[in-house]
Formats: sequence, structure tokens, C-alpha cells
Amino acid sequence: MTTDQPIEKFSYDNTIVKWFAYATMLWAIVGMLAGLYVALELVFPQMNLGMSMTSFGRLRPLHTNAVIFAFVGNGIFMGVYYSLQRLCKTRMFSDKLSKIHFWGWQLIIVAAAISLPLGYTTGKEYAELEWPIDIMIALVWVTFGINMFGTIIKRRERHLYVAIWFYIATFVTVAMLHIVNSIEIPVTFMKSYSWYAGVQDALVQWWYGHNAVAFFLTTPYLGLMYYFVPKAANRPVYSYRLSIIHFWALIFLYIWAGPHHLLYTALPDWAQSLGVVFSVMLIAPSWGGMINGLLTLRGVWDKVRESAVLKFMVVAVTAYGMATFEGPMLSLKNVNAIAHYTDWIIAHVHVGALGWNGFLTFGILYWLIPRLFRTELYSQKLANVHFWLGTLGIIFYVVPMYWAGFTQSLMWKEFNPDGTLANKFLDTVTHLAPMYALRSVGGTLYLIGALVMVYNIIKTVKQGNFLANEEAEAPALAKAYTIRGSEHWHRRIERRPVRLLLISLIVVAIGGIIEFIPTFLVKSNIPTIASVKPYTPLELEGRDIYVREGCYTCHSQMIRPFRSETVRYGEYSKAGEFVYDHPFQWGSKRTGPDLARIGGKYGDAWHYNHMYDPQSMSPGSIMPSYPWLFENKVDLTITPKKIKAMQTLGVPYPAGFENIAADSALKQGETIVAGLKKAKVQEVAALAPDDEIVALIAYLQRMGTDIKGNVKTASK
Amino acid sequence: MKFINYLTSISGVDIYPLISLLVFFLFFVVLTIYILRTDKERMKELAAIPVDEPVKKDKKSNDQK
Repeated sequence: MTTDQPIEKFSYDNTIVKWFAYATMLWAIVGMLAGLYVALELVFPQMNLGMSMTSFGRLRPLHTNAVIFAFVGNGIFMGVYYSLQRLCKTRMFSDKLSKIHFWGWQLIIVAAAISLPLGYTTGKEYAELEWPIDIMIALVWVTFGINMFGTIIKRRERHLYVAIWFYIATFVTVAMLHIVNSIEIPVTFMKSYSWYAGVQDALVQWWYGHNAVAFFLTTPYLGLMYYFVPKAANRPVYSYRLSIIHFWALIFLYIWAGPHHLLYTALPDWAQSLGVVFSVMLIAPSWGGMINGLLTLRGVWDKVRESAVLKFMVVAVTAYGMATFEGPMLSLKNVNAIAHYTDWIIAHVHVGALGWNGFLTFGILYWLIPRLFRTELYSQKLANVHFWLGTLGIIFYVVPMYWAGFTQSLMWKEFNPDGTLANKFLDTVTHLAPMYALRSVGGTLYLIGALVMVYNIIKTVKQGNFLANEEAEAPALAKAYTIRGSEHWHRRIERRPVRLLLISLIVVAIGGIIEFIPTFLVKSNIPTIASVKPYTPLELEGRDIYVREGCYTCHSQMIRPFRSETVRYGEYSKAGEFVYDHPFQWGSKRTGPDLARIGGKYGDAWHYNHMYDPQSMSPGSIMPSYPWLFENKVDLTITPKKIKAMQTLGVPYPAGFENIAADSALKQGETIVAGLKKAKVQEVAALAPDDEIVALIAYLQRMGTDIKGNVKTASK
Repeated sequence: MKFINYLTSISGVDIYPLISLLVFFLFFVVLTIYILRTDKERMKELAAIPVDEPVKKDKKSNDQK
């Protein structure tokens, strides 16, 4: 059909690919270093250095954001910018947009790297960045989208290869997830409250959180797999039919799976069950995709022995298969009851992150860089060394973490014959120290491997000769498309990018809407608990400190209805208890104990001493100390703004309450200070009612106390 | 306090799971039929898009047609 079309000459933009490749490598090292550092902090708590900026709660989000959005993010763009041009047989739509996209994205990463250690966080996992950065992300993402669609529209290949479908779904879904989850009300520059509260916030957050895994770590990388594995093996994909089913099934099912992060929590049962069903179904397309990737190598397995690129890709696709088998298993309620809050989840995500994302990126880099620089890879041997270091690193990372996860779970649930708990929480922590140490050995090996790669690639770049604009030619696309015979509806979609985008959006939006609407509609019907009242201004300030310090990275606030939990922590958590929690702080990991009912468990003086020197109150604890809370003062001038924001969000503070909020905070602070003085605490700094530590104690002592005594559930 | 209470308060909520199941089922049935009916040669052609060098491929295919 293109016979009559003139052959057009054009060139591919390799410069943008090179930039993203360099950024991928840079942020890989940074993200992994941050990961290794926080891993070591769990082994040697002294490494928190007693400084706010280096404490675990602030660095851990830096690690997760760096590896997900900086390392993998740049990896996605590197792969997309290379493959999209070639699959569409055209240069990127606009070099200028490419540049804006590149520098915008790096600017966001730098803003994250600065703001997270400074404690600017929304307190929502993998969405910690504050509202100005959220807006930047949305703008840069749209820039990427325009550039991508512009390219697709001016393409010279009628059919959109399946990789492009994955890119389109990624673009549209990430945009939707990011915008919906980031709806927040700004209080100051760099401080906001989530628009949602409690159960709803949890549901939106994990709908986002799970789909960040799905549409940031998986679908774009599947697109890359469908392009780069056939390229590296020099064979077409095993089954194009399977890839079409893989695509639709995956995006259809993934979007529903979020609630499996909230099993046995206060989330409504039906939403939990929905999440489980779709998670289990996900195994089918995931494994279909894995098989499709691996079978692409049919007949060329002998090459795998020689080619480091293929080795990395084979392990990556295998790790994808393992992680996507484990995921559905973990989302079964009975397995989840054991695995949730433990290091098992850490092991699971690192099979995905180190194996799937890491190794696929490395494979692509080893394949791509020599092509961009028109040379051979500097050293195949070093690439093989990297492969083995990385593989050993993954094993040394995940095996201790699985071990730690099972151990934790068994120890948490162990009872004495007389019905008391066999282990104190702290025993489970100290017991795991060797596993945490081994895990950092794994992380170190993996990092060394990555450094070997960087060296190898620098050498390759030096010996090569960069081809900035790669000449190519292809016939122009006929304007009018002549249909031969009757055309199937799906065929029509395959060559209409905008329609593909819209259908993808509808497909993913259905899942979100069906999940959310019931929980949102029932807002007025959530069984409110009469005794649950809004936080006092001081408690609210204390809660903001809790969020700022990233306490949720180690402590949950969600007691599940198990005997082992209610005996240890108290009455299980109810949905109605969280109606004023903007954002929710249920957490996802218990490196330390659950705090949902910490209020009143210990005296103020205990908290005072514990926050200054945790080991003095709990010998063997790996919690960092928080000396800065004893010097910093709460800025009570912002408190009225915070109260007003909360009022806007529907928290029932009486009208005009903001005017007396600061006084009320001081008054409550004075009571706490008087109590601490009476208990004769050794004052770290002269006690004042507006000390941050006082506010934090106020919050900690409030937590979970609303329904401790006489639980009254009102119908309205 | 049972969570199922939330659901029962929405009128006609039982249609939700039915609709979703139906949407999925029908979509995949139609998709599968389409996939099975597609022309094998065409599928091969599409799968080859990334591995074919653009310049050579187009010249060749043009010559053939």
C-alpha cells in the first residue's frame, strides 16, 4: 500500500537517548547508595548520625523515590525515546520538548533529593513529594505525552507496534493516578494535607501505590521488553497474538488490584475481596508476557551463554515471572495475614526492582551504548562480572529478607501455653539483626556490579564515536488508508493512537471508579464513632511532625483483627477512627511495633526519654534518636492556617476555632511540660510548651484513645 | 459494626460485580475471537517491525508488492 509513496530521508535523535542513558546510570548509583545507607542504618542505628536529614524516616523515601522515579524513570524515557523513533520511523516530534522533558524530569529529581531529607513530605508512600513538585511532575509528564503523541501522529509505519501500546497505557494511566492521588490542599509553600481522609485516603493511595508498580515499573518496561529483547536476540517476538492479549488483560486487571495492600484493615471487605480476585487473575497475563519474552529466545539460547545483554534480559524476565507469581500469592488473604508488615514484602519488591527493572535496564544499556557510539562494548568480561555480582547481590538480598519475614511473622504470632505472647516486639527486632546485615551485603554486591557497569560504559563511550543524528529513510505514510476488504474493529484501534489512548483510559478508569465510588458515596454512612473527635491543635502539630519524620516507614497504625495483634496492641482498628486523618498513616511495614493504640500505654516521660535515646528505654532497639525535636519549636503562626485547611476538608472544628488554636496548643503544651517536670525528666533543653517533642508527645498520647474505653458506635 | 453495611447502603449495589464481570468477560471473548481469526502472515509481519531494518525492509517490501 505504500508503493507509490516517496522515500523520505530523516534522522533519529540519539542525543536525547544518550542523556537519558547517562541520567539512568547516575540515579541508579544514587538510589542504590541511598538504599544501602538506610539498610545499614537498620544494622547500625548510630549511622542515623543524630541528624534530621540523615535519619531513616527521611532517607527511606529518598531511596524509594530515587530508584523508582529517577533510575527507572530515566530508564523508561531512554528506552522509549530510542524505540519509539524507530518503531514510528520518524524523529521525535520536537527536539525542544525532548529537552524540556529531560531537564524538567532531572529538576524534579533534584527537588525531591533536597526536599525529602528536609522533611517536606505528604506522608503517602511513593507519592511523598509536596504539592509544588507534584504540579511540576504533572507538567513534565504532559510534555512527555505531547512529544510522544506528536511522534506517533507523524509516524511512517501504519501499525502501532505493541510496545507503543504499553507506552500509551503508561502515559495515560500514570497521569490519572498521579493527579487523583495528589489532590491535596496547600497550607504553605511545601506543606499540604491530602484531600482524602482515613479509609478513603488509604484506598486512593494504594490504588495509586499498586499501580505505580503496574504502570511505572511494569507496563513501560514490558514495552521495552517487547522492543529490546527481540532486538538483542535478533528474532521477532514469540507470539504477537499473545502480546495483544497480554496488553489488554494486563491493563484491565492491574488497575483493580490495589486493595490487596489493605487486607484485614479497616477497608470495607468487598473492596478487599475485589482486590484479591483481580490480583489472582493477574497471574495469567503476567505469565503470558513472561513466557512470550522468554520464548522469543527460542532457537538462540546458545547466544545467551555468550551475550551478557541476553543474560541480563533472561534473568530480568524470569524475575518478572517470579515477582508476578508471588504477587498474586501474597494477595491471598491467608498468605497476606502472614506476610503483611514483614520483610517478606521487602524481598518481594526487590525481586522486582533489582531483578526485573534493574537487570532489564542493564541489558538495554549494554546493548544500546555501543550502538549509539558505533563501537563494541569495552569489555564483555566486565559485563559478565557485573552479571554475576548482580545475581549474587539479588540472592544475598532476598534470601535473608524472606527468612526475616517468615521469622518475624512466626515470632509475632507465637503464644505461650497460658495464652500470653511468647515474644516482646523488641525480641523480634534484635533477632533479625544478622539478616539485616546480610541484606546489606547483598545490596553492596549489587551496587558494586552497577559501578562496574558504569566504568565499562565510560570506557565504551571513550573508545566510541557518538552518532548524534542517525540517518534513516522510509516511505511516507499514505494520507488515505485504503482498507483491503472488511476491517476488524481491533485493527482499526491498532492504527489509531488517540483512540487507543482513550480506550486505555476508559479501561483503567473503570477499575478506579468502581473501586472508589462506593467508598466515597458512603462517606456519610461510614459508621462514625461518637467518641472520635478531631485532633487538638497541638496534636495536629504533633501529627505533622510524625508525618515529617517518616514514622510511617517503620510503624503501622492499623491493628488487624487477629488475636496475636489485639493481645499485643489492643482493640483492632475501626474505619470510623480515621475520619479526621489527612493523610492516613496506616503504614505498610512494621520494623517497629504498631502505634495505633500507643496513646496512654506509656507515660509522657517515657516518650520524652525514648525519643531522645531509644536504646535507653528499649535496649537493642534500632530506632534512631530525634535530638532535634528537643530544640526545634513548633511554628504556631501556621497553626490557624492548618485548622482552616482542615475545616475546608470537613473536619468539624467550631467556627472561629482557628483564632484560639495557637493558645489552645500552648495551654495543652504547658500541661505536658508540667507533667514532664513533675516526673523529673532530665531536660535535654529547657522545656517549653511549644517544643516539637511536646507536640509529638501530645499526638502519641492521643493515638487510639478515642475508643479505648467504652466503644460507642453511632448510626450517624 | 460490619463493613458490609457500607455496601448495603448503596441502592442497587449488587449490579456492580455483575457489570464488571460481564464487561471483562465480553471484552476478552471478543478479543480472543479476534486474535484467533487474525491472519498468521499479518501477525508475523507485525512482530517483525522492531527487528527489520527500516530502510532495507521497506525497499524490499516495496519491490515485492
